[in-house]
Amino acid sequence: MSGPVLNVSDLSVSIRGNTVVDGVSLAIGAGEILSLVGESGCGKSMTAFAVMGLLPKVAKIDRGRVELGGSDLVSISEERRRLRRGAELAMIFQEPVASLNPLMPIGRQIEESLIIHRGVSSREAKAAAIDMLAEVGIPEPQLRYRQYPFELSGGMCQRAMIAMALICRPKLLIADEPTTALDVTIQAQILELMKRLRDETGTAILLITHDMGVVADMADRVAVMYSGRIVEEAPVETIFASQRHPYTRLLLSTIPRLDGQAKTELPVIEGTVPDIGSWPAGCRFNPRCPVAGDRCLSELPVLAPRPDTGRAACWHSDRVEALI
Amino acid sequence: MAPLLSVRGLKVHFPISKGFWGRDIRHVKAVDGIDFDIAPGESMALVGESGCGKSTLGAAVLGMQIPTAGTISFAGEEVRHGERQTRIRLSRDIQTVFQDPVSALNPKMSVGDSIAEPLAIHGVGDAKSRTERVAELLSLVGLHPQHAERRPNAFSGGQRQRIVIARALALQPKLLILDEPVSALDVSIRSQILNLLLDLQRRFGLSYLFISHDLSVVRHFADRVAVMYLGKLVETGPTEAVFARPIHPYTEALLSAVPLPDPIAQRARRRIILTGDLPSPANPPVGCSFVTRCPLAEEICRREPPPLVKVGVQEQAACHVRASRLNDEENFG
Repeated sequence: MSGPVLNVSDLSVSIRGNTVVDGVSLAIGAGEILSLVGESGCGKSMTAFAVMGLLPKVAKIDRGRVELGGSDLVSISEERRRLRRGAELAMIFQEPVASLNPLMPIGRQIEESLIIHRGVSSREAKAAAIDMLAEVGIPEPQLRYRQYPFELSGGMCQRAMIAMALICRPKLLIADEPTTALDVTIQAQILELMKRLRDETGTAILLITHDMGVVADMADRVAVMYSGRIVEEAPVETIFASQRHPYTRLLLSTIPRLDGQAKTELPVIEGTVPDIGSWPAGCRFNPRCPVAGDRCLSELPVLAPRPDTGRAACWHSDRVEALI
Repeated sequence: MAPLLSVRGLKVHFPISKGFWGRDIRHVKAVDGIDFDIAPGESMALVGESGCGKSTLGAAVLGMQIPTAGTISFAGEEVRHGERQTRIRLSRDIQTVFQDPVSALNPKMSVGDSIAEPLAIHGVGDAKSRTERVAELLSLVGLHPQHAERRPNAFSGGQRQRIVIARALALQPKLLILDEPVSALDVSIRSQILNLLLDLQRRFGLSYLFISHDLSVVRHFADRVAVMYLGKLVETGPTEAVFARPIHPYTEALLSAVPLPDPIAQRARRRIILTGDLPSPANPPVGCSFVTRCPLAEEICRREPPPLVKVGVQEQAACHVRASRLNDEENFG
């Protein structure tokens, strides 16, 4: 295999001078699903927007590289980036209904990128869009092709979004909380669909979520973010079996389990996520960390290899397993 | 023990179109014939997907929605929703906590005033005793009493939900309706709020009607669970029993659709992926409401709605294929 599909190195993003993404590095191989996990404000969506080149106007990339298929996306012109977006990388969002154009039939929205990027005729594009609708499991694709978003359910709209994102067979799909707004039985359908399409097309997926169940179901590898930084990263079985960062360990332990003891007191993470712009000195988890020492108050821990596989950013990672 | 809350044959229908003379001709049957009890100190979870009617049911119990048919009794007394006096009395005993703590608090009022408002409305105590009560409530939910002067925007989402809980407890209610109380909160905060709610229940013997779509939270939190589909209960029973041995195919599919936070167990399990979406509650199927998505559906399911029958000592389910036969064989009746 020839190198990773996506290679992000030392990416930093700020909004009005406040850092929101701080030196993030990650790589995804073809056909791989990397889950980016973290709470609101940790920078996971901003990382995704920076990769897509869709940062809001107030945000800017301070440093770092984003390489897709070996060529940089940050230093190129917006015009060139626009040509690659949709063709080589695509994104789906949490709110499928809000992400679709309400005034344009579903079919035309799906074929649009095919016409722009591949220059196919409108008849070919229509045939391809109908095939794609069928492929994402939408019944009566001919009928749906002509319908508007309001005529489709939420789950159906998310399928249409996936059809739109994948019609040009992109190398990378970014899925930002793709099932958070959906019911669990519909979520199960969409996750199944994403896995099947990944198997068929070899598209790499960056899956952003806060749901550890979705992570366990989908991810090959997991990267945990806290206050703008990746604090731990490892293959999915490894990170669920053993943690080398206290935040990862506590986060996993606070979730009630379907097979756990009911009505007992759940472990908690004391305090709250620090606001952007008022991150503490040293390790940003230190005010909430039960194993923090002096060094954590002054020195930002580096993301160092774990003893087995993966990386963790904690000065006291040997104390983590003894927690809880 | 006599139930604290008793709901019988409850229906809430909304008219959606009118005929020529202004008569209602079509209805959304948001809640369509539901029976359940909640005992003092018990928590019952209501689970189901969006549009199943669980929040409408909660609103009817609160008195915010006038039922089309059926009765709601609280502490042995029938609740008449049209009467102002009843509603005022009811609001002392039944309080609610909603999903979004940001929109539940008036941004221009100090949190102390927000918490004291129910006391003022009901004329409980004087200004001084209310201030003391606010301080007491704030420390009860784990906040500093000095914070009463601050506005909601000085607090994080988890802290605001604590304030909402403090306000709900101000009148010492017997029943709290918790409508997705942790869904809008960050994952690391959810366990704090769940622990607080469990602790308050133990200390004050509160009853909870817990409305949620998060089944791992329900499994952890509730004594009993009621599964709703298109306005009807399809299965009820003790949480442990329903989760260990679901009878209704919808419950089974719902449970199997929730991904477990354990990659090895999750990838090894057999999952039932339902096809299609929830039918529109304005136009539900004729027989069993689940028939359009059910992997077990038979001829009878398309004709007759299944009754909710006993399938265990405390479990009930509404399914022709599984429950009715189980009921005939073992005769729980």
